[in-house]
Amino acid sequence: MLNILENLKYTKSHEWIKFNGNVARVGISDHAQHELTDIVFVELPTIGKVANAGQTITVVESVKVAADIYSPVSGKVTAINTQLESNPGLINSDPYGEGWIFELETNDSGTDLLSANDYRSLIS
Amino acid sequence: MNKTFLYDEHVSLNAKMVDFAGFLMPVSYDSIINEHLNVRNHSGIFDVSHMGEIFVSGKDAEKFLQYVVVNNVNKLSDGKIIYTPICYENGGVVDDILIYKKMNCDYMIVANASNVEKVYNWLKTTSKNFEVNILNKSSEFSMVAIQGPKTPALMEKAGFNILDLKYYTFKNSVFNDFPILISRTGYTGEHGFEIILPNEGVKSLWNHFFKAGIEFNLKPIGLGARDTLRLEVCFSLYGHELTESINPIEADIGWTVDLTKSDFIGKKNLLNPVTRKLVGFEMVDKSIPRGGYQVFADNKNVGFVTSGSFLPYINKNMGLAIVNNEYTSVNSKIQIEIRQKMYNAVVVKKPFYSPFNKR
Repeated sequence: MLNILENLKYTKSHEWIKFNGNVARVGISDHAQHELTDIVFVELPTIGKVANAGQTITVVESVKVAADIYSPVSGKVTAINTQLESNPGLINSDPYGEGWIFELETNDSGTDLLSANDYRSLIS
Repeated sequence: MNKTFLYDEHVSLNAKMVDFAGFLMPVSYDSIINEHLNVRNHSGIFDVSHMGEIFVSGKDAEKFLQYVVVNNVNKLSDGKIIYTPICYENGGVVDDILIYKKMNCDYMIVANASNVEKVYNWLKTTSKNFEVNILNKSSEFSMVAIQGPKTPALMEKAGFNILDLKYYTFKNSVFNDFPILISRTGYTGEHGFEIILPNEGVKSLWNHFFKAGIEFNLKPIGLGARDTLRLEVCFSLYGHELTESINPIEADIGWTVDLTKSDFIGKKNLLNPVTRKLVGFEMVDKSIPRGGYQVFADNKNVGFVTSGSFLPYINKNMGLAIVNNEYTSVNSKIQIEIRQKMYNAVVVKKPFYSPFNKR
């Protein structure tokens, strides 16, 4: 069974989000990286970009396909994981840790975010 | 959905399965990149049982094939294989196939999985005035391919005498009382073989190779790596570089078309000069080109990408594209439109990679 961290929230489109005050960190789930297989390119968003909940914020490319990443909440991009420029495979090897993609400054606690249990049911 | 006779083996190896040409096939077992590198560095085994086998025999077999394909079938002697497109009158491609000459008046065609019915029907229609028998035996046969520099040693260890088998030739052999056909052919550019045998024998053959392959680092390889491997050496894939609207000359495989043949389907149109051609290109800006993306140059749309990917062995983002004649020379600067933005690329020589060891 693929990994689902209990302390994170998830979206139906397989992103995870971790809130820390008014900063939220976002990545994609273990299930998502497993479906995509080898990630070879990440088009990181620019810092300062305005993100709208449910809209495409960036793109992650595997060997086979380009996949849109949707922002789980509305806010402004304040940090991006530049490690992914030279090592996009971090998303595969450590999707919840070193494979994080971007951070948002946000007051939006999110609508339609799934708990770990709900996400588990979704992908079963 | 069809399954090959190796379906259970793929599932037990934890393969990710996808629908390909109506067959449930493994796209990868481990990772596309690892599988690709394993073929270039060691050896890999592929289930290609979804491909079709059509037999053409009878008094007019050679005459008919000479008429219905674009390459010169007269060149074939017993035990030899030829690669050729089959074209419509307008030069567009029905499929690209291999023809094996078993003996006079007795040939076997191997066709792409997605085109087997189409090829069979086309051969039936176009052979009306020839004394030939056309039999589609695809459902009786399975096929595996083994490719990579360690393959010859692996084949010998597995008990198959292939050291004298030249490129694009085949021999008959036996495995567990099953008649098998071993050809020195493949879709990766590496030294390798393809083996065709009755369905009932393929499972034990697959496992036999795994046993023999341990010391050669043999791994199972899925369709994902099959695609990146063929693209790295610039082999055409039907539906991408060859289609019903892209002819073999445009696809830059004019060497497969013998225009000196007296008559064959498509000859008239293939004699016309082409206005566009298939080129290889390398991304200059960091992004991944994919089939269908448009190609621009001098602010005009000048063509389209037929295939593109990150290529694991040479570690670059590259692709193939049909572009107008003006932009086909090596070093031509082009742009690829990716998600509504332009990214710079440059036309380069084909193939992108040529394996050191003889194929």
